[in-house]
Amino acid sequence: MWKGGEDGKPPRKAGRREPRLGPHSWILRLRHTTVVSTKKNIAALRRETYTLDFIKKQIEEFNIGKRHLANMMGEDPETFTQEDIDRAIAYLFPSGLFEKRARPIMKHPEQIFPKQRAIQWGEDGRPFHFLFYTGKPSYYSLMHEAYGKILDVEKHQNQLRAQGLFSEKTKTKDLIGSRWLIKEELEEILVEKLSDQDYAQFIRLLERLLTLQRGGAEEEFVQRFRRSVTIQSKKQLIEPVQYDEQGMAFSRSEGRRKSAEAEAVVYAHGSGRVSVNGTDYLLYFPVTQDREQLMFPFHFLDRLGKHDVACTVSGGGRAAQAGAIRLAVARALCTLVTEEEVEWMRQAGLLTADLRVRERKKPGQEGARRKFTWKKR
Amino acid sequence: MRERSGTPNLHELDAGHFLHTGSQAPQNLAAHLDNQVPVESPRAVSRTSESDPAKHGEQHEGQHYNIPLQDLKAVFPHGLPPRFVMQVKTFNEACLMVRKPALELLHYLKNTNFAHPAVRYVLYGEKGTGKTLSLCHIIHFCAKQDWLILHIPDAHLWVKNCRNLLQSTYNKQRLDQPLEASIWLKNFKTANERFLSQIKVQEKYVWNKRESTEKGSPLGEVVEQGITRVRNATDAVGIVLKELKRQSSSGIFHLLVAVDGVNALWGRTTLKREDKSPIAPEELALIYNLRKMVKNDWHGGAIVLTLSQTGSVFKPRKAFLPQELLGKEGFDTLDPFIPILVSNYNPKEFESCIQYYLENNWLQHEKAHTEDGKKELLFLSNTNPGQLERLCAYL
Repeated sequence: MWKGGEDGKPPRKAGRREPRLGPHSWILRLRHTTVVSTKKNIAALRRETYTLDFIKKQIEEFNIGKRHLANMMGEDPETFTQEDIDRAIAYLFPSGLFEKRARPIMKHPEQIFPKQRAIQWGEDGRPFHFLFYTGKPSYYSLMHEAYGKILDVEKHQNQLRAQGLFSEKTKTKDLIGSRWLIKEELEEILVEKLSDQDYAQFIRLLERLLTLQRGGAEEEFVQRFRRSVTIQSKKQLIEPVQYDEQGMAFSRSEGRRKSAEAEAVVYAHGSGRVSVNGTDYLLYFPVTQDREQLMFPFHFLDRLGKHDVACTVSGGGRAAQAGAIRLAVARALCTLVTEEEVEWMRQAGLLTADLRVRERKKPGQEGARRKFTWKKR
Repeated sequence: MRERSGTPNLHELDAGHFLHTGSQAPQNLAAHLDNQVPVESPRAVSRTSESDPAKHGEQHEGQHYNIPLQDLKAVFPHGLPPRFVMQVKTFNEACLMVRKPALELLHYLKNTNFAHPAVRYVLYGEKGTGKTLSLCHIIHFCAKQDWLILHIPDAHLWVKNCRNLLQSTYNKQRLDQPLEASIWLKNFKTANERFLSQIKVQEKYVWNKRESTEKGSPLGEVVEQGITRVRNATDAVGIVLKELKRQSSSGIFHLLVAVDGVNALWGRTTLKREDKSPIAPEELALIYNLRKMVKNDWHGGAIVLTLSQTGSVFKPRKAFLPQELLGKEGFDTLDPFIPILVSNYNPKEFESCIQYYLENNWLQHEKAHTEDGKKELLFLSNTNPGQLERLCAYL
């Protein structure tokens, strides 16, 4: 029986002297083969295992590197946070790559290297965890813990009932701003694969715990498995407060669509006149579709004849200019309108910049998507 | 495209109900006309029973008056814009809106002094504001007043897309347009039947070796000659214009020269000779004679002109001022003239127009009669009559 190596696999032979198969295998040829054998080692490719020592060394290197970086940037090494690191790396290694994940990063090794399970058994081959042979020890121990807590709470309740101090009040904590962990997140915490039924069972247990009257410790336990959900991209709008000029309140903002840039000045009190680049919008946009785009923000908020607009636009084509003005007008209207209406506009899509741009033509194709005519022969 | 997320439209239900009951019971409300807001009696706002343009005044502003269909055929054989003709056919009635520029012009025309040289009035404005229809209003008035109407529906038709150009028999340098001239002569005949026998020619005109018109024969003969002998149509037109100009001073009739798209007379043409050299407008006989007509060296009538960018050649889309469209030459020739600006609808006229469409059941959209719907239409068309008409066609 082979002794369990570091990763629990049979040790690999190093330095083969001759090829495994071949017509002239009787010819002894000194061949320097690499450590990896000619047969594909599927087990090694499955997961790159990093040893604990390796990870520890990486963490030390990371900390030293962080101090070096702080010195380079002229900041205090003691109070150098991860955000500062990110900013420094972006400054020192500017990258024009579109994919953000492909740009150079410097993060703590915990976030870079995937979590791995420590060795599950000792020198004698006996596993540490009592649930090892279930195949998912951490999951089952978690279920065990949760059920234990439920039993404790029920016992406590029975005691209180027996004493007559039981009060029916069920304090429902605010569950609105948070959600349960999703299966992937749970898998990440436990470093084990789960099935859908396992996950559903676990969530059911936690919900059952929630229905009972619980104390602070149980509350904390449950909160570990909830994530807040209020970061709804709601508050991402920068709304400069309106300023006055000659006593008229107006608000100015910009919008862009497909290489057309527009800047709109919306006056708070007016009669619905819109002038684009100095000319009337009827003359500038003879097509009804463009005028409908201009009308959309006002019509949505029921303020058709109440605002005057003076805007400038350049670049792009006819529809792009109309879209750019619409975005600029919607953003300008944010300042003149209640927060609720701002939220409605955001949900209607008036405040989202349309980032569809012309796709580039690829070589070997006639256009961006169109291929050349395929001829069978 | 008009998405909403839960905004209650409070006005919709109320206004819809309100106006709906209003239009259904005009008889009850007509009695209360004086004390109540016009919105409550839509029929009174959009229509008037006064069908004689002579009696139109300030109080009829914004209202539509009816032109009987026989009159239409007699007075406007060729003058109405094509979209209006379609509308007349659809609604089975011809209603024109009384508007301020037309009222102003009517006032001037009523006070014309026929001893003075003919005054030139130029209607100008943005595209689609109603210049041609105002001209038609004036023509109807003059027809009712028994004037002789010389109406050229669109001068641009004479400077572009002409197939057959003949060298003029009268003057070798000029070119004839037989088709256009004959069409115009036919329409002229329909419009002014009764005058053609009254007016007598004052010269002898020889057409060719066999045919000639004697002095003292009625003008109708010249017109007939032009219609039957298409080759001489352009010359017939020239003769008609010359005679009318000469005889309008005599006082038998009043002459109204109405030209739509007068900026075509000066400028460029799209026509080319066989050797591909461009033709200037002066070289077309029709244009040459018309220019003589538009000069104010005769008296006994009036000249009403309209500028138009829509059919014009080689002019930018946004040009509408007389200076831009006529060019220096035209402006100098027409100077002095009285410019009359035709602008977009004011709120009252807009409301009236919408009411008219609603009455004829032209707007089928359920939101069309609500306040919100009207505001939308207002914004989309920017109160431009042409745009509004095109928009409503889709509803």
